[in-house]
Amino acid sequence: MTVVSVRKQGRNQRRVLPGFGIGMGLTVLYMSLIVLVPLSALLLNQTGLTWEKFWSVATDPRVLASYRVSLTTASLAALADTILGLLLAWVLVRYDFPGKKIWDALIDLPFALPTAVAGVALTAIYSYNGWIGSLLEPLGIKAAFSPLGITLALMFIGIPFVVRTVQPVLEDAERDTEEAAATLGAGRWRTFCTIILPGLLPPLLTGFALAFARGIGEYGSVVFISGNMPMKTEIAPLLIMTKLEQFDYAGATAVALILLLISFALLLGINLLQHWSRKTAR
Amino acid sequence: MKKVFKQGVLIGLTMMLTAALAACGGEKADTVATAKGEAPAAGSGKPSLELLNVSYDPTRELYDQYNKAFAAHWEKEQGQKITFKQSHGGSGKQSRSVIDGLEADVVTLALGYDIDAIRQAGLIQEGWESKFEHNSAPYTSTIVFLVRKGNPKGIQDWPDLIKDGVEVITPNPQTSGGARWNYLAAWGYALKANNNDEAKAQEFVKELFTHVPVLDSGARGATTTFVERGIGDVLLAWENEAYLSINELGPDKFEIVNPSISILAEPPVAVVDKNVDKRGTREVAEAYLKYLYSEEGQTIAAENYYRPTLGSVADKYKDKFPAIELFTIKDVFGTWEETQTKHFNDGGIFNQIYVPGS
Repeated sequence: MTVVSVRKQGRNQRRVLPGFGIGMGLTVLYMSLIVLVPLSALLLNQTGLTWEKFWSVATDPRVLASYRVSLTTASLAALADTILGLLLAWVLVRYDFPGKKIWDALIDLPFALPTAVAGVALTAIYSYNGWIGSLLEPLGIKAAFSPLGITLALMFIGIPFVVRTVQPVLEDAERDTEEAAATLGAGRWRTFCTIILPGLLPPLLTGFALAFARGIGEYGSVVFISGNMPMKTEIAPLLIMTKLEQFDYAGATAVALILLLISFALLLGINLLQHWSRKTAR
Repeated sequence: MKKVFKQGVLIGLTMMLTAALAACGGEKADTVATAKGEAPAAGSGKPSLELLNVSYDPTRELYDQYNKAFAAHWEKEQGQKITFKQSHGGSGKQSRSVIDGLEADVVTLALGYDIDAIRQAGLIQEGWESKFEHNSAPYTSTIVFLVRKGNPKGIQDWPDLIKDGVEVITPNPQTSGGARWNYLAAWGYALKANNNDEAKAQEFVKELFTHVPVLDSGARGATTTFVERGIGDVLLAWENEAYLSINELGPDKFEIVNPSISILAEPPVAVVDKNVDKRGTREVAEAYLKYLYSEEGQTIAAENYYRPTLGSVADKYKDKFPAIELFTIKDVFGTWEETQTKHFNDGGIFNQIYVPGS
C-alpha cells in the first residue's frame, strides 16, 4: 500500500513504468473484479432489505453491542500490535542474534495458520484451566471468554501486518542521521522521537490500519475464544452468521453494510492521517 | 529499462489473470471444498451415476457406511454403479449452500426447518415431509446429558441443571441447528413440569442459560469446550453424538445421563426435486432415501447410534437405547416455522433471555 521510498525522487523524472493508460486500466479492472463487484453483489442481491428493516437492525441493542465489542477489541488489538510490532521490527532489523532468520520467519506464521486453529490453540492456553489462564484466574483476570480473550486473538492475527510494514522502512532508514543527532548531543529519547519516529509513523499507521481492518472482519479464531455471549462478547461477524442461520439474508446484509461503512470511514480517516504525517515528516 | 517494462507488463497480466480466475472461481470454490468423494467406481457396462448427499456434521460415519451398502444393493438390483459425494457441515450452512446452487441430489439435515428453507427457494416440492414414512425422518435421536465420570454434581434430570454451581454447555440455538433441539427439549420439559404454563417455562429456560458460561456457535465447538477444555459439568448433546464422544474418548472419562423426558429429534431427508430432474437422478435418489428405511439401512443407523424407526431393528437394539418419555415438535410446538418465529428469530424468546427489555 505505502512503501515509502527514502531516496528523494524528482517529480519530473522519467517514469519507470510507461503507459499511464494501461496502468490505470489495470487498476480499475482489478479493483472492480476483486473489490467492487462482490461488494455491489452484496447489495443487489437484497430484495428484502427495506429502510425500515435496515433501521430496525441498525438500532437493535444486540447489534449495537456487537459493534461495540468488535470495534473496541479490534482497535485495542491493533494498538497493542503497533507498539509490539515496532519493537519486534526494531529487534529484527537492528540486532544480530542466533536464529534470527527463524524468528523472522515465525512472524508470518499467523498469516499461514488457519484462523480456526489459532482460535482453538489460544483458547486452550487462555481458558481458566489452560497454561496461562490458570495463572491469571487467581488474579481475578478472565482471559478466554471475555473481551480480553478476543483482543488477544486479534493481536495474534494482526501482528504480522505491523512488523512487515515497518521492517522495510526501518531497513532503509539511514543511520547517519541518528549518528549525527547523537554527535550533536541529542539523547536517546530525543533521537528516537525526532529522528526515527517521524519516518516510521506512516508505516506504523498502515500497520495499524491493516491490523484493525483484519480484526473487525475476523471470525474464525474469535468464535472459539470469545464465548459468544450476546451483549457481552458477541462480535458483529458472528451476528451476521446468526442471521444467515435464520435465513435472514436482509438482516445479515444490514449488519454487514453498517460494519463496512464504519470500517471504511475509520480506514479513510487513518489514510488521511497517514497522508498528513508523511507530509509533515518531509 | 526494457527489462523493467517487460516485468511490469508481466506483473500486470498476471494480476489480470488472477482477477479473472478469482472472479470465475469464486462461486464454485465453496462447493468443491466441502465435497468429499468416495472412491470412484471402475469402468462398467452401464453408465454409472453420481449422487451428491448434502448432510450435516455428525452423520459422516453413518453415510460412509450406508453409501457403500446402498451402492452394493443398487448394483445387485439394477446392475448400475453409483458413486457418492458427501458434503458435511453445519445444517443451516449446508441448506444455504443448496439454495445458493450446490447441486445436491438429496439432503439429509438436522431439522425440518433447514429443508423447508430449500423448499421456499423453489428447489423442493411442497409436501416433502410426507414423501417418506415417519415425517421423512428415517432415524431419530434425542437430547441427553453427557456428564463427567462418576457424575460428581449428581445430575439426574432437568431441574438439576439449574442448581447452584452447575455449569451447562450447549451451543447457541440461533447459530446451531442441532442446538435448537436442546433448547426445545428444555422448554418442553418445563412446560410439562409446570402444567403448560408458558411463563414458567420461559423462566426455566432463562435460568438454564444463565448457567451456560460459553455459548459456542456449533455443536462441535461445544463438545470441544466440554471435552478438551474441561469446562462445564454437563453437555447437552444429541444421543448419537454423546455415544460418539464416549467411543472416541474412552468410557472412563464421561457417562451419559438420560433425563426423565426429552424431545424426539427427527433429522429429516428429502430429494431435491429440481436438481434430480435436471440431472436425471430422480429414480436412484428416491431409492437411496427409501433404502434408509430397510432392515439394512436401519441397522446401519442403529450401529451409528441413531434410533431406528423400523420395529424389528428397534427391538434388536432396545438395550442400546433406553426408553425415555419423548415428545415431538408437533406435540408441543406446532410447525418449525412457528417455532422458529416464536423462539429463535429476532425479537423471539431466546433474544429476550439476553437482551433486557426486548
